[in-house]
Amino acid sequence: MIEIKNLHASVEEKEILRGINLTIKPGEVHAIMGPNGSGKSTLASVIAGREDFEVTDGSINYFGEDLTEMEPDERAHAGVFLAFQYPVEIPGVSNTYFLRQAVNAMREARGEDELDAKSFLDMVKKRAAEVHMNPDLLKRQVNFGFSGGEKKKNEIFQMAVLDPKLAVLDETDSGLDIDALKVVADGVNALRNENRMILVITHYQRLLEYIVPDFVHVLVDGRIVKSGGKELALELEKEGYAELEAQTANA
Amino acid sequence: MPSTSETTINEFAQREYQHGFVTDIEQESLPPGLSEDTVRFISAKKNEPEWMLEWRLKAYRHWLTMTEPVWPKVDYPPVDFQAASYYSAPKSDADRPKSLDEVDPKLLETYEKLGIPLREQEMLAGVAVDAVFDSVSVATTFKDKLHDLGIVFCSMSEAIKNHPELVKKYIGSVVPHTDNFYAALNCAVFSDGSFVYIPKGVRCPMELSTYFRINAQNTGQFERTLIVAEEGSHVSYLEGCTAPQRDENQLHAAVVELVAMDNAQIKYSTVQNWYPGDEEGRGGIYNFVTKRGICKGANSKISWTQVETGSAITWKYPSCILQGDNSIGEFYSVALTANRQQADTGTKMIHIGKNTRSTIISKGISAGKGQNTYRGLVKIMKNAEGARNYTQCDSMLIGDKCGAHTFPYIDIRNSTAAAEHEATTSKIGEDQIFYCNQRGLSEEDAVSLIVNGFCKEVLAELPMEFAVEAQKLLGISLEGSVG
Repeated sequence: MIEIKNLHASVEEKEILRGINLTIKPGEVHAIMGPNGSGKSTLASVIAGREDFEVTDGSINYFGEDLTEMEPDERAHAGVFLAFQYPVEIPGVSNTYFLRQAVNAMREARGEDELDAKSFLDMVKKRAAEVHMNPDLLKRQVNFGFSGGEKKKNEIFQMAVLDPKLAVLDETDSGLDIDALKVVADGVNALRNENRMILVITHYQRLLEYIVPDFVHVLVDGRIVKSGGKELALELEKEGYAELEAQTANA
Repeated sequence: MPSTSETTINEFAQREYQHGFVTDIEQESLPPGLSEDTVRFISAKKNEPEWMLEWRLKAYRHWLTMTEPVWPKVDYPPVDFQAASYYSAPKSDADRPKSLDEVDPKLLETYEKLGIPLREQEMLAGVAVDAVFDSVSVATTFKDKLHDLGIVFCSMSEAIKNHPELVKKYIGSVVPHTDNFYAALNCAVFSDGSFVYIPKGVRCPMELSTYFRINAQNTGQFERTLIVAEEGSHVSYLEGCTAPQRDENQLHAAVVELVAMDNAQIKYSTVQNWYPGDEEGRGGIYNFVTKRGICKGANSKISWTQVETGSAITWKYPSCILQGDNSIGEFYSVALTANRQQADTGTKMIHIGKNTRSTIISKGISAGKGQNTYRGLVKIMKNAEGARNYTQCDSMLIGDKCGAHTFPYIDIRNSTAAAEHEATTSKIGEDQIFYCNQRGLSEEDAVSLIVNGFCKEVLAELPMEFAVEAQKLLGISLEGSVG
């Protein structure tokens, strides 16, 4: 379980998050929607522990531990996964090698033995099939020369391999055409289970037609101003963020 | 260099014996300084024939007329050549550490990370070991096998004694004594080095490595290596090792010459990890090296691969003279400068024969306050019909206090020739590191992964076991450079 309480965070002295409260239980899929600049991606970065973001108040309780006290790699070892909005290229490093390093770093942190090459490859192939990932991408360099869609698919594939407890998908739908969106959404849906917590961050309702959330929250100006069920997303689609933004500005 | 001369004097005062040379000369060592007498002494110590002495003296006299090159982009206090010692016998056992307990723990930590066996650690750290080092027996076995094939692999001193006709014919034929300041110095005072001769049509069945040459120790300062590959022969030669090597002598000036006849191939791989100095660059080795190969015969090939991570100053341009038609020259390089290290390195590809081809892949990595320069010349002569060159020169910066510089010179005198040059500069990004962190890799593993990816094309050229060590080495050399 992750419990975010009164979370305030700043970038370069500018406060972006102004008191976020959010609880996700295992098995739940939450969606965070909001206009540009509302702090959606900041929330994702703060959960993953990006250095430029300073937590100034509040707490994140993650299975009884204070997440904000952990280094980014320690959070990853504890099962926190971030699907990046802009996946990073690492030229010269093959996807397979990268993932093997990642898997073994996680295993080492948990006190388990390294996976040998064969077991690893078997596992990777299985996961690739589960999320309909083209196995050719495995041999290529990490995100290098990938199309926008391939990069996003690769993130979901990595999620499948790393088997996280909490997956944060940061605008995974941005820049995807409808076919790629469906593939990515199918991948995520295949990874839904009773133990996993998923936080989907998006600007558009469209993604939520394919990944149907249990809860939807609207983030405006660094605060969650409205929460509800999946129907809230449709409401927003119709009415837009303008009214909610105006209300927040007046408050 | 006051500290060096002081050490030299101290060593001189304490010196008791030296091994590896005939001992019928009473005087065992020389005080600092360089003169004709120094050259004569060295030659006499090695029982060299008259022609060798004359050759050394000719080089010495020429050296006197030369001045140090000032064009490299490196900065260091003037070297006092009279303060250096030109004949330093091995340290006596009394001066050496008695066991690894007396060795700098930091050095041992690095050996540990590289996975170097204990006995080798002792040898590298200069521990006085009673028993003969294990590899000696291995080396002897190898030597027998090579001998059966007619391959000569021995020290330069032995070659001068046992194969004078070959040495006489080829020494200085690729790097003449007039070539440059440091090469001239090397010609005059070279200490020892390797000699390799591969007869016609023979493929050397193993990687030849300095590691397996019995008297590999104490040849470092003015090393001189000569490799001759006769028609249709193949050889792969490994120089250096990944473990950090300490040396009492700050000034190093090596010369390597390669000669490839028709259809012969020479692959020369180097991992250079001499002591780079402390964080302020104090005490590091000055490494002024001249390496050059000539593709004398048609269809011959010379390939240089280097991973340069050590030394305070590196000045080195392994080059190819492509004289034979259809001959091929290759240069693959990784140069890493951290802390206050400076490297000015690259290659020269001189195309003389028709349809000669050359490839240059250079990867420079700068971290800390390191300064890294690629300097390369591609020269295509008038008769080199159809010559081709491809150059790729990539620089990676880690942090904002380091520098990367590129000086490519391209000189083409034949209209049918083609030269391509690509260059990139990138900065290791916080984004890349964070991405790796998020996938569970520590910061150090992330940097190592990114840097190794950057150098992949070059590391792929190294012989397998060397490549694995070199990968680890790049990671270790960059520890503490980020964050």
